[in-house]
Amino acid sequence: MMFDATDSTYPDADVLPQQYAVATLARLRRNKGFRLASDQMNTDWAALMIRVRDQQDKAAFAALFRHFAPRVKSFLMRSGTGAALAEECAQDVMATLWQKAHLFDESRASVATWVFTIARNRRIDAARKARRAEPEDLDWGPAPAPDQAEVMEARQDTDRLSRAMADLPEKQRALIERAYFGDLSHSEIAAETGLPLGTIKSRIRLALDRLRHAMT
Amino acid sequence: MTIRHHLSDPLLMAYAAGQLPEAFSLVVATHLSMCDDCRAQAATFDAVGGALIDRAEPAVMDAGSLDAVLARLDTPASPPVRPPVRPRVRAAGLLPTPLADYVGGDLDRVKWRSIGMGVKQAILPTDRAASARLLYIPAGRAVPDHGHRGLELTLVLQGAFSDSSDRFGRGDVEIADQDMQHTPVAETGMDCICLAATDAPLRFTDMLPRLVQPLFRI
Repeated sequence: MMFDATDSTYPDADVLPQQYAVATLARLRRNKGFRLASDQMNTDWAALMIRVRDQQDKAAFAALFRHFAPRVKSFLMRSGTGAALAEECAQDVMATLWQKAHLFDESRASVATWVFTIARNRRIDAARKARRAEPEDLDWGPAPAPDQAEVMEARQDTDRLSRAMADLPEKQRALIERAYFGDLSHSEIAAETGLPLGTIKSRIRLALDRLRHAMT
Repeated sequence: MTIRHHLSDPLLMAYAAGQLPEAFSLVVATHLSMCDDCRAQAATFDAVGGALIDRAEPAVMDAGSLDAVLARLDTPASPPVRPPVRPRVRAAGLLPTPLADYVGGDLDRVKWRSIGMGVKQAILPTDRAASARLLYIPAGRAVPDHGHRGLELTLVLQGAFSDSSDRFGRGDVEIADQDMQHTPVAETGMDCICLAATDAPLRFTDMLPRLVQPLFRI
């Protein structure tokens, strides 16, 4: 189910059965333990997120919830949050996804990355009552439609990173996970992740350069 | 502005992971506001977090969890929010936005306290895991020689300073650990203003600064 905006099979707002098919598949998977090996990579979460953003589509939201909420909860529990608080936070994170849907831009970050940043900030709020300073917003000006080439590159980045994560030696993957779950101090975190971060960084860097150039 | 001294990968990763004390997060966010290279690197570490979420073994949600959230979406308190009219972008002042948020405005709002020899500081409100302060060092003046028990990050906002290791100008960040003993000297020509964060009290080698240390919380 790899949707592409340029593809004629891209589901538009009128093709309701498509959305419900996604939701039904997700429910099947959850209830019967039914799961295709390739599901995770091929479900187009960004397309669902865009439906939430542009049409306040609750069926699309439900499909996102079924995939991401249990993973956010699990992530928070691995980070030392109790089950009850993790459930509450996971619900808050998903509600935030709905409320801030207008900020979603798939050329900048994948849905998973965006969910991660919301979950991270919610965890900090819950755990420390401290705030996390955020960099200032760049003045993006009137938002242009995301460039399709950039969107495709961003998707390839995400796939590449997911595959690389799966291919890492167990020891190294465990180290990265511990860094994100808070089991390592900042001085213990290994700088060398073994992940192909350079390609992602240079794409983001190029986007920032173009932006700065447009501003001056 | 050419930034030569950047944040390290472990620091950017810990920031993306949300594992830094608030004071260090403030230094990182302020540097990211000035440095596109580090901003791009931090975004890649966010993507690593996204990949971890995607790969996480799903936990079981409470019964009725989805319905509870769907019900919240309809309450008047949470309609889809429109973009804010005014983005958090920098005003004309010297301080990048994350820092201005802590100060409550630009430099003219900083409540400086003298710590002697013309050097001034202002402690910023953060959680107690680490402390953050602004330092004002008159041009040509030195900060007393000190070592570190923990990690110290110093970000230059105005002017420049040099120590035995190198020169640090606007946007540069110095990462000092317990092995480093240094005497930063502000360059002549312009007073130097820095944002510094540390997770342990500094260790001054002269007797006098050590006596006054508890008074000034440095």
